[in-house]
Amino acid sequence: MSAHAAAPPTVSYVLTDEQRQLQEMVRDLFAQRAAPDRVREVMLAETPGYDDALWQELANYGLLGLTIPEAHGGSGASFAELAIVLEEAGRRLAPVPLLSSAVLGTEAVLGGATEAQAAALLPGVAAGTTRLALAHLDLGGDLLAAPGVVASRDGATWHLDGTAAYVIDGASATHLVVAARAGDDLELFVVPGDAPGVSRTPVEVLDLTRPLATVEFAGVEVAEEDRLAGGPAMAALHRALTAGVVAIAVEQVGGTAHTLEACTAYARDRIQFGRAIGSFQAVKHRLAELLVELESARSAAIHAARVLAAGEREELAIAAPLAKSYCSEVYERSAADGIQLFGGIGFTWEHDQHLYLKRAKSTKLLLGDPKHHRALLGELLAL
Amino acid sequence: MGVDERGLIVERIEALFASHPPADTDERSFWGAQFDHGLAWVQFPEGLGGSGVSPRWQAVVDQRINDAGGSTRNRINNVLGIGMGAGTIIAHGTDEHRARFLRPMFTMEEIWCQLFSEPGAGSDLAALSTSAVREDDHWIVNGQKVWTTLGHLAKWGLLVTRTDPDQPKHAGMTYFIVDMEADGVDVRPLYQITGEAEFNEVYFTDVVIGDELRVGEVGQGWGVAMTTLMNERVAIGGTVQPRESGAIGEAVQVWRERHGEDGDPVARDQLLQLWAAAEAMRLTTVRAKEAATSGTPGPEGSTAKLQWAELNKRITSFTVDLLGPEGLTYPGGYSFTRPDGSADVDGAPHKRFLRARANSIEGGTSEIMKNILGERVLGLPGEPRVDKDVPWREVPRS
Ligand SMILES: Cc1cc2nc3c(=O)[nH]c(=O)nc-3n(C[C@H](O)[C@H](O)[C@H](O)COP(=O)(O)OP(=O)(O)OC[C@H]3O[C@@H](n4cnc5c(N)ncnc54)[C@H](O)[C@@H]3O)c2cc1C
Repeated sequence: MSAHAAAPPTVSYVLTDEQRQLQEMVRDLFAQRAAPDRVREVMLAETPGYDDALWQELANYGLLGLTIPEAHGGSGASFAELAIVLEEAGRRLAPVPLLSSAVLGTEAVLGGATEAQAAALLPGVAAGTTRLALAHLDLGGDLLAAPGVVASRDGATWHLDGTAAYVIDGASATHLVVAARAGDDLELFVVPGDAPGVSRTPVEVLDLTRPLATVEFAGVEVAEEDRLAGGPAMAALHRALTAGVVAIAVEQVGGTAHTLEACTAYARDRIQFGRAIGSFQAVKHRLAELLVELESARSAAIHAARVLAAGEREELAIAAPLAKSYCSEVYERSAADGIQLFGGIGFTWEHDQHLYLKRAKSTKLLLGDPKHHRALLGELLAL
Repeated sequence: MGVDERGLIVERIEALFASHPPADTDERSFWGAQFDHGLAWVQFPEGLGGSGVSPRWQAVVDQRINDAGGSTRNRINNVLGIGMGAGTIIAHGTDEHRARFLRPMFTMEEIWCQLFSEPGAGSDLAALSTSAVREDDHWIVNGQKVWTTLGHLAKWGLLVTRTDPDQPKHAGMTYFIVDMEADGVDVRPLYQITGEAEFNEVYFTDVVIGDELRVGEVGQGWGVAMTTLMNERVAIGGTVQPRESGAIGEAVQVWRERHGEDGDPVARDQLLQLWAAAEAMRLTTVRAKEAATSGTPGPEGSTAKLQWAELNKRITSFTVDLLGPEGLTYPGGYSFTRPDGSADVDGAPHKRFLRARANSIEGGTSEIMKNILGERVLGLPGEPRVDKDVPWREVPRS
């Protein structure tokens, strides 16, 4: 047995009373404000690519600064609370930039910024007026490759050149957190989305509820004070991506839970051959299997969120890829089976199930597919 | 209250260890003393092997015993008694049953077996036809039971019979404790795919059972049997195991010994897929345990048996694949012996692969577990039934 496998730390999985209240509040909020009609309206509009009214509401409830310290305008709660919000958002496919701004961007800043930089940036993030997006992939989208943006220094000014691909909410973000190669090093810069030399092109995406952009940098000037200088940039990027991976797993659990609920309700109501289709074992047994998979996916995701919140870094290195690989596969299978279970109506644009299939597929491939994460796991476990 | 319970249990463990050091006391005396200190089934009443506290403290007791070099193997080797019969006797038995049976069950002086399944009644237990007919103060039993684990070692059996064939099938059953050494009880080995005979077929020919060995009311046998089965399904797959133990631990070991870092990447990915599934399942048992003791239990507590059975089959099969041509062999050959206990966890990967086939059959098949999850947890409608509200006599049976 490897050292990692020996003794996972104990974290609690039961929600506190406050967390339960938060969950109910957010579930209600998304049920009202991210109803399917609204999600579709936002996803089909050219701009802005997210629901600004809902975003402001989340900010007003203090939900955009859950992991931001109080000194920087946040509520100083933890990732455990943020995970509750993300799961509920995933349940409704809420079209808001939580993953890009509240998770990836915020974590990169928390990990990489000086106190002064954090003080300048994070209050706006918590207030919802600043929306961050993380630009770190090259055109190939390979997580293991170096960024496609190169930074060169000229005194107190840096110049950024190159392309960042697959930037989540990249077109609508107010600020980009850009990972760039500087010689043999990696640096992170905070660049306004409308800075001269930045051009952002929305990608035609599979999952319309989560926009991506290709961002080109042509001689973009960035002051040295906008280079995140609070610690090694590589560590900050790693921190952001790990949090992103856990956030996606939690979101996938929300989407899977929605799928099971919707399918179960339909299986009770839809009559064929004089009986509810849920009384046929081919249907009933698949839903029972889905229940089993959902509960395990939930365990893996909550575990990862809780060890992240507890700062258990060694266990997080296992828990994050475990959650991402397992939850991705469960979500995709459930979303696809959902279409089958609904029959012809499930194949229509009008029905919502395809939105979940698209979200499942895209989150499976975002930030490393299941094979990628299992390879990480294999290295850690020395298999 | 939780604090008091912990204090009480810790105090009793210390008293037990002081008078009977676990490592230096013979097993039987130790288990007897454990019973007398109320630490056999902590949730049972005082005087009956329990301390009247939440069952969650049992894990603490067993852990301490194992750490101190004592044995808790009685829970495995007499599982049908300690895991299933005891709870049934507490819930439905008489005071005489409780006083007579629990202690020698726990010390393994008396082994127990479960006489439910019949050739014509498996998943559909309520179809059973072994008859019990009343004569004065006793009953005469005739019929056949099958798949009776440990029947050849057992002193007592948990027996469900049909006492009124004119009632609908769930209504006409009665539950007994039967002496396996009584005249007319014939236990014959049944060899299973591993070549061993853990289980038996049991024939009853005019066996006499005193009415004092009846458990529950006449005609109420179904409810009593359900208590036994609930205890069984909780026992299977629901306990929290260490990370990377059991079947996945063995798969990992075989991988390291034979493949390791240079191994085939496809096989490695499959191994990791199974590792992830096993760990997610394990975390679910941890979560279920926490929810059962300090939260609101949800569906996470009801999925373990099904998931464990199916995953165990996949992992043990994969492990034999990792052996390559050696997977063609059967180390030690087929022994045709009758093991002392359930052979579930012993043996080479080959045997574990074969034994795991039973996991989705014993204790309720996976198909039945899916029906239960679908209907009881998800609230899906049941199937049309042809056997309800009809006298048992008139129901078609194989
Ligand atoms: C190793 C082992 C140990 C055992 N030990 C004991 C013991 O100690 N005491 C005891 O009483 N019994 C014991 N059993 C018996 C066990 O409980 C039964 O085998 C089990 O309940 C299935 O019954 P059956 O074998 O008659 O199969 P059947 O019920 O005939 O099932 C055959 C197939 O049909 C499927 N099926 C049946 N009904 C349905 C349905 N409604 N919907 C969908 N599919 C269905 C089943 O899932 C299965 O695949 C043991 C079994 C094994 C394998």
